[in-house]
Amino acid sequence: MIRGWTAVYFREMLILRRRLSRLISAWSVSPLLYLIAFGYAMGKGVTIQGHSYLEFLLPGLVAMTSMTQAFAIGSEINIARFYWHIFEEFQTAPISNAAYVLGEVLAGITRALLAGCVILILGALFGVVLCYNGYLWLAFLMNSFIFASLAVGFAMLVKSHADQAMVNSFVITPMAFLGGTFFPIDHLPDWAQKILYLLPLTHAADAIRTSSFGAIPEIGDYLMLTGIGVSAFVFAFMTVSKARD
Amino acid sequence: MIEIHKLVKHYRKTKALKGVDLKVNRGELFAYLGPNGAGKTTTIRIMTGLTRATVGKVLLGGCDVTKEPRAAKKQFGFVPQHINLDSELTVSENLLVHGLLHQMPRRAISQRIEELLDYIDLGDKADTLIKELSGGMKRRVMIARALMHSPQMLFLDEPTVGLDPNIRRRIWALIKTIQQGGVTVFLTTHYIEEAEFLAARVAFIDLGSIVALDTPQNLMAGIGNWAIDEFQSNHMRSFYFQTQEEAKKWAATHKNGFTLRRVNLEDAFLALTGKKIK
Repeated sequence: MIRGWTAVYFREMLILRRRLSRLISAWSVSPLLYLIAFGYAMGKGVTIQGHSYLEFLLPGLVAMTSMTQAFAIGSEINIARFYWHIFEEFQTAPISNAAYVLGEVLAGITRALLAGCVILILGALFGVVLCYNGYLWLAFLMNSFIFASLAVGFAMLVKSHADQAMVNSFVITPMAFLGGTFFPIDHLPDWAQKILYLLPLTHAADAIRTSSFGAIPEIGDYLMLTGIGVSAFVFAFMTVSKARD
Repeated sequence: MIEIHKLVKHYRKTKALKGVDLKVNRGELFAYLGPNGAGKTTTIRIMTGLTRATVGKVLLGGCDVTKEPRAAKKQFGFVPQHINLDSELTVSENLLVHGLLHQMPRRAISQRIEELLDYIDLGDKADTLIKELSGGMKRRVMIARALMHSPQMLFLDEPTVGLDPNIRRRIWALIKTIQQGGVTVFLTTHYIEEAEFLAARVAFIDLGSIVALDTPQNLMAGIGNWAIDEFQSNHMRSFYFQTQEEAKKWAATHKNGFTLRRVNLEDAFLALTGKKIK
């Protein structure tokens, strides 16, 4: 049913390999600034949940990166669709829509994984080495899967590059700041917490942070991520089949 | 064989196709000729599964494009009007990805890439990035890519648009060679010479309907063999004659400037629709 996904994934990896050095530099800039500004300068002397602010911030940045970099695949698809018209090459190939979605989602996950590793290395340079166990990577992969799937879905729905930028501004940026990346969401009012509880990043940040502090995350976080992940993949699949005139 | 039955396509209030019926025989080189906006690209997009028809169906080698899309897509190669190669990848990487999309075995892909690059005379460009190629070279790579999986049919949507005359002729020679190798070629164009030079049969499409379908010779013979373009104060009129003598006799009685020439497909189109193709 999903034969052909390897071709889609392979193409993305060829492009990634060609851009890798530039991407690594780009992936380093924002986390480096966050670590310097919020962690090192403003957060000096701040303790949250018994950890230094740098230790609190790093897992949040990892979670945020799993979202932003997986979602960035949407901009690539958008450019391939509207500017280069490469999407037509996939549409005229004998592959299923599921194969196309899977190939792109896995490319998004790979991109997020590489960017996440860059942050962990940067954290180590700042002297923050946490517990990078299987629970952390599982939450990371699930969050990347969700946002890569959403990216494919939105890339099929939008009608231009400008629409894509709107999605980033109204969906991704607020989530990045409010999803438990920079501060614990229990500092917010109850009603805000209830809303934020529905967002996948909140659960990913919670699971990644808990596991990186050496504890076992709540199963509820993983169940929530699973549910949203399945819905996001179905959403992506449906939108690809509608992306014809 | 390509069969198109009662194809209709509406884009909101625009009727892009109004019931197109067409059959293209196996191994034939068929040209679909019409002015911009006539419905050529819409037809080819429906044939390749890029656009859904409002009504009607397309059968490629007996497979319905809508009901059996994967079986139908295995049978054709498609060269769209715009360059849609991956500019950040090399020539051979573009062909490799296409081969993988068509589930070709890796060893067969390498062999086919080598074969095709020799065929299009770009054997030395295998490792060149697409963005470093000229427009004509990119077109040839697109044709090679469409042929990667050895399709029975090749759909070319305005394959020489924007190319200079020398390169255009080189692409024509390539298309002829492909057809002579047994591939059915369906070509849309608004270049008269292209259809005349390449096609065994031509369909004229205008405002979403086919207005004529025959060999280029028969279409032209329907209006005569010779044409005189008479230049009047602010416009030009064309007159058609069966023999050169008749044309010269007519010219002798007229004082305006004129040119005598052979009838071409555009004259046939003009006679049928009252408008020029370009």
